[in-house]
Amino acid sequence: MCQMAENKDRMVPLPSKSIVPERDVDKTPILETHHLGIDFGGLTAVDELSIAVGRTEIAGLIGPNGAGKTTVFNLLTNVYAPTRGTIMLDGKSTARKTTDQVNRMGIARTFQNIRLFGKMSVLDNVKVGLHNSINQPLVSSITRLFGYSSSEKKARDEAMELLAFFKMEDMANKEAGSLPYGAQRRLEIARALATHPGIILLDEPAAGMNPSETSELMENIRRIRDNFSIAVMLIEHDMNLVMNICEGICVLDHGRVIAKGSPEEIKSNPKVIEAYLGKKKEANRDE
Amino acid sequence: MTFISNLINGISLGSVYAIIALGYTMVYGIAKMLNFAHGDVIMVGAYISYCVTAYLGLPPIVSILAAMVVCTILGMGIERFAYKPLRKAGSLAVLITAIGVSYLLQNVALLIWGSNPKSFASVISFSSIALFNGGLIITAESIVTVIACIVIMIGLTVFTKKSKIGKGMRAVSEDKDAAELMGINVNVTISVTFAIGSALAAIAGVLLCSAYPTLQPTTGAMPGIKAFTAAVFGGIGSIPGAMVGGILLGIIEIFSKSYISTALSDAIVFAVLIIVLLVKPTGILGKKIMEKV
Repeated sequence: MCQMAENKDRMVPLPSKSIVPERDVDKTPILETHHLGIDFGGLTAVDELSIAVGRTEIAGLIGPNGAGKTTVFNLLTNVYAPTRGTIMLDGKSTARKTTDQVNRMGIARTFQNIRLFGKMSVLDNVKVGLHNSINQPLVSSITRLFGYSSSEKKARDEAMELLAFFKMEDMANKEAGSLPYGAQRRLEIARALATHPGIILLDEPAAGMNPSETSELMENIRRIRDNFSIAVMLIEHDMNLVMNICEGICVLDHGRVIAKGSPEEIKSNPKVIEAYLGKKKEANRDE
Repeated sequence: MTFISNLINGISLGSVYAIIALGYTMVYGIAKMLNFAHGDVIMVGAYISYCVTAYLGLPPIVSILAAMVVCTILGMGIERFAYKPLRKAGSLAVLITAIGVSYLLQNVALLIWGSNPKSFASVISFSSIALFNGGLIITAESIVTVIACIVIMIGLTVFTKKSKIGKGMRAVSEDKDAAELMGINVNVTISVTFAIGSALAAIAGVLLCSAYPTLQPTTGAMPGIKAFTAAVFGGIGSIPGAMVGGILLGIIEIFSKSYISTALSDAIVFAVLIIVLLVKPTGILGKKIMEKV
């Protein structure tokens, strides 16, 4: 099978062209797609998507509204089964896997509209993620009823560590649904990280945030990559955030990739400008 | 004295309803479906227990365990073969299937055990307690039923709060898709829910038939409907709600039988349900569901 992505598929340019040349960029991709596509009835929502994300890269997926960005995330996590093409996660195909299996293969995500387990405590939300990454037999979960087992303590400690990473340890026993908006967003990321992913997908993580929260989020995304040595792929409309932290960007329009490359290349790509702002001629006509 | 005696009988009957209601409420909370075959699982449990003691001559505790094992397998089997293929179908299709499974179980029981009522020997061997010189008699069945209900309640609460599978169950009940994306196997979670609910149904069946010893294929139908009512009464999807709803329903039933009319008692029970739902549509302990607009 194709272990290495073809050069043209890479969202982050190879080291020679990399915007972060001092960092040792791992060249083997954690996530690759080949000619990925999905149709809903007669409508082609995503087509010919071939991308690759390296192990510790931060990649951005941008595009106008309705371009199919969230559909791509749903494809990558097998919420939708692709009509065409393949997805390789850590070199293994995710075809015919269920969503929970794909998660255990190393992909985690957050949602555009927050989907925490609102009635559970903050700590339990993280533990739900942890429990399924630590493979425990049914028996131990029954014996745990009669005492506080060591694996339960381990899970608790790790959950608290994750919460501390996001400065949320003092909220551990609160009901998740009662947290302020920004904290809910952070908790969603913490819960996703608890599943020990190789790549985390963030769907509009900065939506509804003010500028200071957004800059904190940017800092957090970098810390996630550096601390956990994982890849991050994000959908975002905040161009300041995308251009600042993404090392590679893929632009979608009408379900097709119209551009791929470093932030500088994307900024000056005429196709991207056209997709976002319309054709020059039309713009002139409006004046 | 009659009042206290009625109250005790009400709590005891209500405890059985509560144990059955747990099955309805857990399955509804997690699979978002009404398993109307649940009442008939109770009947199967009672028959298994009856057969093990009457034909094999084994002690009552063995018969209860056998009933639990058979019902657990039956519950998981019903889920696997009748409901799982309809996971993505509309809720009406699942509801009709559940009613179909209910009739299937009743008729299979009719084929195996016939229509003649069996006289169920109580699994509880110690005798009743007489207080106030025989003025107040508390049956051993009542005591065991209430204790069983409390133990199950506490056990289940701890299980859902603390255990890995319990947390998974709560996660699935809140957001199935998000839970899947956190690596929770939804199929296993639903299967475990049916297993627990059915094992509890077996216990409820044995306790019910110990107190009311007529066993026939339709034995589970009415308690099933009443326990479903209890689950809605207390707030469907809520475990403490099932407890509160079940016990209140039992007390209302016994009191209306004793003070108003035996014939009208069921009508009164359901009338109370209608009034409660008019005043508080989510049930006594049900949470208000905020619809996102």
